[in-house]
Amino acid sequence: MGLMRFFLALSLCISFSTEAQQRFITVASTTSTEQSGLFKHLLPLFEKKTGIQVRVVALGTGQSLDMGKRGDSDVVFVHARPLEEKFVADGYGVRRFAVMYNDFVLAGPKADPAKVAGSKDIVAALQKIKAAQAPFASRGDNSGTHFAELELWKAAGTDIAKDKGPWYRDTGSGMGPTLNTASGMNAYVLTDRGTWLSFKNRGELAISVEGDRRLFNQYGVILVNPAKHPHVKKEMGQAFVDWVISPEGQKAIADYKIGGEQLFFPNAQR
Amino acid sequence: MILPLRLEGISFRQIIAPLSLEIAAGPSTIILGANGAGKSVLMRLMHGLLRPTSGEIAWQGQGEERIRRGQAMVFQRPVMLRRSALANILYALELAGVPAAGRERQAMDALREVGLTEVAHRPARVLSGGEQQRLALARAWALHPEVLFLDEPTANLDPGATREIENVIKAFDASGTKIVMSTHNLGQARRLGDEVLFIHQGRLIERAAVDTFFRRPASAEAAAFVKGELPWV
Amino acid sequence: MSELGGIVALSLTVSLLAVLFASLLGLPLGAAIAVGRFPGRRALIVLLNALMGLPPVVVGLLVYLLLSRAGPLGEFGLLFTPPAMVIAQTILVLPIIAALCRQSVEDAWVEYEEQLRSLGAHGLSAALTLVWDIRFSLVTAVLAGLGRALAEVGAVIIVGGNIDGVTRVMTTTIALETSKGDLPLALSLGFILISLVILINAVAYLIKEAAQRRYG
Repeated sequence: MGLMRFFLALSLCISFSTEAQQRFITVASTTSTEQSGLFKHLLPLFEKKTGIQVRVVALGTGQSLDMGKRGDSDVVFVHARPLEEKFVADGYGVRRFAVMYNDFVLAGPKADPAKVAGSKDIVAALQKIKAAQAPFASRGDNSGTHFAELELWKAAGTDIAKDKGPWYRDTGSGMGPTLNTASGMNAYVLTDRGTWLSFKNRGELAISVEGDRRLFNQYGVILVNPAKHPHVKKEMGQAFVDWVISPEGQKAIADYKIGGEQLFFPNAQR
Repeated sequence: MILPLRLEGISFRQIIAPLSLEIAAGPSTIILGANGAGKSVLMRLMHGLLRPTSGEIAWQGQGEERIRRGQAMVFQRPVMLRRSALANILYALELAGVPAAGRERQAMDALREVGLTEVAHRPARVLSGGEQQRLALARAWALHPEVLFLDEPTANLDPGATREIENVIKAFDASGTKIVMSTHNLGQARRLGDEVLFIHQGRLIERAAVDTFFRRPASAEAAAFVKGELPWV
Repeated sequence: MSELGGIVALSLTVSLLAVLFASLLGLPLGAAIAVGRFPGRRALIVLLNALMGLPPVVVGLLVYLLLSRAGPLGEFGLLFTPPAMVIAQTILVLPIIAALCRQSVEDAWVEYEEQLRSLGAHGLSAALTLVWDIRFSLVTAVLAGLGRALAEVGAVIIVGGNIDGVTRVMTTTIALETSKGDLPLALSLGFILISLVILINAVAYLIKEAAQRRYG
């Protein structure tokens, strides 16, 4: 045990020598948000203004919230409102602020076996896919996207856990790998628009359904509760939360475009 | 003084039957016997590399350290570290607790004694078999042991190298070191030995002065061995 | 391009440090087991050999639980930093170096044991002398450890968090780019990684050969 402590002290020295100079916070967010490229655009602006480096650990929503509960991050930035509200209610977060929304789209094979392409009704589309038993790839990983997908199946009157068949493929992976699988299998898949726009391995897939209000995906930002975890960097974390919902931060979010298309729509309430 | 060495009722598994003997200072002792007779095992028991299954091995003098430092052993195959010849001797001196200041001089003296000063800084492992065995003797010499065990030291060497080794052993003997050497080379035994311990199938069959042993062997096995007729054990 | 340079530099730093620490701990450990005689020795050897196959992702998870703020060593705040990655890879590589060292030392001990004991060297001191003497054959063990460290992704991605500019290494970048569907980029990075490993092995082999010729 004494050897372990020495080892850790050594690592700490190495870690300190490089990090003592750098003020930073740790933000737990989701893979889809990071892969959309939003953070690469947004965070340098924040750092320039405040000198605070933001380190994003991108995991699934479930794991991000778990990180917040453990106190391994200072801020949580995810898109699963009921889970976020529970997080705050259980005392792990100080307060939830709405930040922005993006939307999901249903991508699918150009051959369109379920005949849903061009529709604006996601619920009807899902019912058709189930009826046709067309291949469908799901993330199955407790992410915000997965959560949204389950809600839509519910709205379509299906208990997907019970009613799924071999046509429903649970990949248990992030958005990118699930898209890879869907592309490889020519399956329908629910994805956030940001990841879709940056995804380069589309194969035969194209957007089948978009624009349904039910496909809107709301993001929230929460400061991890310093009462539960005293080491949380609450001033710097709060500065980040404040900036992201400030007019300046909101404009920066709106300015982020891929191929001329805006991905995220700021909607913080003042 | 750690001699005389007394072995009482020593046995080792099936190889050495209970035997007792005493090794005193002075005459060089040759342990003679055919292959498999138990010579090597007996030497290792005496030097402390093996523990007897029964019986007692008693040196004079106090303290394990003193007893170990009074002995050195040279094996059939010299084992050198991947260092220079000089460094190998320095290593042995360091282990023996010789203070750092005097080590290099003592090591060079030992190399001079065996005629290897020219190769002092060559990697020991690139030396020839004969040179490495001479180096092993130099290493033993540097330690100034009271007893020098040699386990068939020339078995792997050509006649020229064998002669060189024998000369060094004679020099050791002349300087007062007790020689205990095993061999199955009858000529070598006559050249180097004062007394013979004849081992056969793990038993001490005969002990006599060298001349007596070869001219008038007392036992049938010894007689057969001297005539070169002893079957492989 | 400098981003790629930073990623490669971090990969090398983390893995080389891990191999260094694993060697400092593992070489004496392997040598001690090779030379020692104690009850349970054979079971320990079997265990050590088995641990060579520790799944990186399991190591990552265990270290994560240890270093998390909610865990026993959380006070050091090491999670999601390069030192955490070094710790995880050290644990991963330690059994490889120790087990291979044990085997080499045990084989050499057969040759050296009697002479070393005759000279009065025993125990750990004799074992360490041996380790130094057979250092060139131990290079293979160290290279095996380095290869494992550079190639793994499961441990570093969990304890490092794959943070852009901070804890992103070659393997985690390849994983990320693959998951983003940018397969050509992922492949190019893969080739760079493989070339690097081949280069390291070639250099080590040449050094080993030259030294063997010199020292015999």
